[in-house]
Amino acid sequence: MKFELTEEQQMIKDMTRRFADERLKPIAEEIDREHRFPKEIVDELGELGLMGVAVPAKWGGSGMDHISYAIAIEELSRGCASTGVIASVNNSLYCDPVEHFGTNEVREIFLTPYASGKKLGCFGLTEPSAGTDAGGTRGTALKDGDHYILNGTKNFITNGREANATVCFFRTDKNDKHAGITAFVIPTDAPGFSVSKVENKLGICGSSTAELVFEDVRIPASYMLGEEGKGFKVAMHTLDCGRIGIAAQAVGIAQAAMEAARDYALERVQFGKSIAKFQAIQWMLADMATRIEASRLLIYSAGAAKDKADATGGRSSKESAMAKLFASETAMWVTTKAIQVFGGYGYIKDYPVERHFRDAKITEIYEGTSEVQRMVIANAMLQESPLFK
Amino acid sequence: MNFELTEEDIMIRDMVRGYAKSELAPKARWRDETSTFPEMEYRKMAELGLLGMNIPESYGGSAVGVVPYSLAVTEIAKADASVAVGMSVTNMVAETIYKFARPAIGKKYVSAIASGNAIAGAFALTEPSSGSDAAAMRTTAVNDGNEWVLNGSKQYITSADHAGVFIVMAKTDKSVKASLGISAFVVEQGTPGLSFGKKENKMGLRGSSTLEVLLDDVRVPASHLMGEPGQGFSIAMTALDGGRIGVASQALGIGLAAMEVARDYSLDRRQFDKYLADFQAIKFKLADMATELEAGRQLVLKAAWLKDNNKPVTQAASMAKLFISEAANRACAEAFQIHGGYGYVKEYDVERYYRDVRITTVYEGTSEIQRMVIAKSILDS
Repeated sequence: MKFELTEEQQMIKDMTRRFADERLKPIAEEIDREHRFPKEIVDELGELGLMGVAVPAKWGGSGMDHISYAIAIEELSRGCASTGVIASVNNSLYCDPVEHFGTNEVREIFLTPYASGKKLGCFGLTEPSAGTDAGGTRGTALKDGDHYILNGTKNFITNGREANATVCFFRTDKNDKHAGITAFVIPTDAPGFSVSKVENKLGICGSSTAELVFEDVRIPASYMLGEEGKGFKVAMHTLDCGRIGIAAQAVGIAQAAMEAARDYALERVQFGKSIAKFQAIQWMLADMATRIEASRLLIYSAGAAKDKADATGGRSSKESAMAKLFASETAMWVTTKAIQVFGGYGYIKDYPVERHFRDAKITEIYEGTSEVQRMVIANAMLQESPLFK
Repeated sequence: MNFELTEEDIMIRDMVRGYAKSELAPKARWRDETSTFPEMEYRKMAELGLLGMNIPESYGGSAVGVVPYSLAVTEIAKADASVAVGMSVTNMVAETIYKFARPAIGKKYVSAIASGNAIAGAFALTEPSSGSDAAAMRTTAVNDGNEWVLNGSKQYITSADHAGVFIVMAKTDKSVKASLGISAFVVEQGTPGLSFGKKENKMGLRGSSTLEVLLDDVRVPASHLMGEPGQGFSIAMTALDGGRIGVASQALGIGLAAMEVARDYSLDRRQFDKYLADFQAIKFKLADMATELEAGRQLVLKAAWLKDNNKPVTQAASMAKLFISEAANRACAEAFQIHGGYGYVKEYDVERYYRDVRITTVYEGTSEIQRMVIAKSILDS
């Protein structure tokens, strides 16, 4: 047992933090205000090896472990939460399933350029009438010789506007709810594919959240990920990784908010002393720091569990769910209190805490709502009981 | 970062788990109802090497380290939280004496504790008018040639009426700042002038003895001073870093026990033609308990690891104690709620867990004190 980062993990932390301080912090407010996708930043992330942190080097990635991945996303998000999710989606929701479920041929086309950051990926699971109930997928994939024809609409897709390819889920069997879904990787320059809408959001405004339309999109059957009918399992396996990324994003946001609140408390004087001398403020800071530390340990534990699961062919669903649930609710709590510490200034866009608060909210929702995480955790623990039937 | 327990950690944990289940659990409820302190079990724990876990073998300890210690306290607490607190304080007393007493004194009293001859160790810091404000203590120690004479009273001292060895904090210099005028002494059971007041009638941890300790011209040899005069407060704070890991481990164990009974109850009890476990409201309570206890477990193990590796541990120990004691209280409350009316009845263990866990946000530094320690560590950096 060791509660210390390895040299490699410390190195990626230091490198990513420096990048975030120098390149992300200066533009975070601007890209949020202008709803601008920071293309120049994303290109640099690729050069730094941050778009495929845990992808093996032979597939264009950095070949690191999932704790290193979590550290990278946390540090990016501490600088800019939008950049954090852009990177997380590419790493976890796109590269991970292509790496685990694609053939070598598919990986050469759809993994190597993406893990190295030359191209950008996204993940299309959600549909207008299938969010938490992902089994309610209506988009269809019809077999036609050695091709599939895809029809349907996916919405709320992060990186949807900029992506060069998407991992998407379509129904190949109408009669079986969960076992009738199949996963595919689809290049976005395929005829029939279009982006129909980009959402106007409360937060993470630098990342695009788009509606993807598939009208008779024809792809080779070899672009299937995993087996026909096993798409739901591909999605759930992928989310075990994605949840680590989002948990890390949440803790990065929380860390930024806590640091801002701490520094403000030391400067702001009321009643003849710095507000950091009041117990009410000290209590908030102590609780922020404690919950952030707890979140971080759950995230690292989930990263270690994911590495173990990959090596043994197992799953790390409970650990990922705990990390995501706890870190996201921590981020919401911390950012709410951080605005409180700033008082009226916390409500003003000149100060960053209102943006942290807006950015934090989505972490309780996407990649599985807190309600979904609780279902996953409860089901896992009930199965551990000797009374479980 | 590595979250895997070593083979030795697992072996110790499993051994203690087996002992706790077969020897402690069966009479835990009886001990709670009769307020019985189980001297025999302390001797047994000593035999198993559980009373000197961070003490070198040359002093009679088992020298296994803080991580196995934390795991052991948690396992014992799952079965009987009262025994866990006595075992934890005893370890803390042994370790503090080992670190700060003169070698000959240390050897004598630490071996007595680790071997089980002393039964338990007691830590006398708190007084009727000084709890959180420990430095405001009034018990005095006056130098009289080659002896110190102690006078005063201590309150809420765990295991006092069974402990063979005490650490007593007393004021030795009233002319300096309060926290710099306190010294620490080793006092042996049966020293003339040492007596006990009433045994407290408590809400929980009823199998642990909690008493007033009265010092009336208690004379101890000069060699019983630990460290230097005036070092007592800092010795107490160092002791509490370890003590907080112990209490955090205890709170974790109580929380886990509550979670398990709630989980199993929800898989047994049927209402509205379904198991309670089929209702989302119940699932969500269980999920929250499990998540918070797991987060707390990581915080405790991290603090234990830092201490094992001689790294600064104050912030981590405070965070662990603060978080897990509050999380365990929430877990016990919800576990109780899941049991419905049966939770209120002594036939079911959950009401004992609920009563036992309540003190964990108070002793060894209230949650308020922990927040002060943590805030200071963030603001000063």
